[in-house]
Amino acid sequence: MIDHILDTAEQLEDIARNKEQSDILAGKILAVLFFEPSTRTRMSFETAIMRLGGNVLNLGSVDISSIAKGESLADTIRVVAGYSNAIVLRHPMEGAAKLASEFSSVPILNAGDGAGHHPTQTFLDLYTIRRESHLEGLKIALAGDLKYGRTVHSLCYALSHYGADITLVSPEELRMPQEIINDLKNRGLNVTETDSMESAIKDVDVLYMTRVQKERFPDDAEYQKVANRLKITPELLESARSEMKIMHPLPRTTEIDPGVDATPHACYFQQSFYGVPVRMALLALVMGAME
Amino acid sequence: MSASKKEIRVQPIENGTVIDHITAGQALNVLKILGISGVSSGVVSVLINAPGEAGNKDVVKIEGRELEADEADRISLIAPNATINIIRDFEVQEKKNVEIPRHVEGIVKCINSNCISNSNEPVASKFEVRNLKSGIELRCDYCERVISENIAEHLL
Repeated sequence: MIDHILDTAEQLEDIARNKEQSDILAGKILAVLFFEPSTRTRMSFETAIMRLGGNVLNLGSVDISSIAKGESLADTIRVVAGYSNAIVLRHPMEGAAKLASEFSSVPILNAGDGAGHHPTQTFLDLYTIRRESHLEGLKIALAGDLKYGRTVHSLCYALSHYGADITLVSPEELRMPQEIINDLKNRGLNVTETDSMESAIKDVDVLYMTRVQKERFPDDAEYQKVANRLKITPELLESARSEMKIMHPLPRTTEIDPGVDATPHACYFQQSFYGVPVRMALLALVMGAME
Repeated sequence: MSASKKEIRVQPIENGTVIDHITAGQALNVLKILGISGVSSGVVSVLINAPGEAGNKDVVKIEGRELEADEADRISLIAPNATINIIRDFEVQEKKNVEIPRHVEGIVKCINSNCISNSNEPVASKFEVRNLKSGIELRCDYCERVISENIAEHLL
């Protein structure tokens, strides 16, 4: 199923680039329910439906809607399902999308449920790896906040369908939880841990960076120390393979030097764009416009 | 122990259910799972830490109520070795072991405070039950958080 979604995204990529026009979702309405702020996920979903000729129905601000009056998510979903052909949901609590799916008469797309899952991000990460590198026999380094970063957790689980050599690069405080590492090893992945960025990037096809958040550290000095150690600079990349690609879910802060943007390694803005064809594929599939 | 004292402890019931071989110390949690409280009308006897052939055990006797299979199976979450005896006219009519259910609803509270099942949504908590070598594990249907120890502490 994963490959089918990625194949469909590839078919739709020219439409996402506006090189071709499409109206396969004409007359369809996508309801966008974001209970938490987001720019790129929300905007790429809205772009995706519009590029396929459909329309968007936005919840608007949570502060002025019925939710502020104490309406349950279950009721909101039942009402909005009556207005739309599919619902994209982002919610601060884990399991919200699953709950929504129990009350909805239309498909629910999970755009993030608290610290739980963000599956469309994982699909676009896989798509980026497939388009810019290769999924089979992948050597990937994941760096930054591997403890709290749901993006990297989900990506690792997804990669277990393809097999991969995974190198984890993080400070001691932000190591990937041991139960996840055990899970990945049980699924046949090679997982190694290091705190040295230099050694990690030498032999990988993809370097997946994530943002290290200041609030995870007791003080600014500690944060700066870690942030500097994990920083990607053009100099550091001299030891990387020429075809190595750098991904990042964005927004970035200081972890990737802007000087890296001009190198052939930089792939994060492409990655961000790939969110559009991937979400187009998901919408076309769940709304029945494609099989 | 004299025979007369033993008789007082395990007096037979006329009709109802005797749950035997409950893990020692779990009898009150068994009552909780079955929804039996002080306001229930029937007579309920509870024996805690009773000496048995395989060490101490708890026993619960519920007069006038025959447990359904799914009710009995819920007990397995905290007392996997319990046996259910259905009594009619002082005779054991049916004797069976509890079976670990594959799925439970509305019995246990998810340990993740940020799980949607712990909000005011109109849903019961739901868990997939896994019987592992290390013991029983519950995985929340909503947030996927796993409860692998002290399940009794999370009973609703």
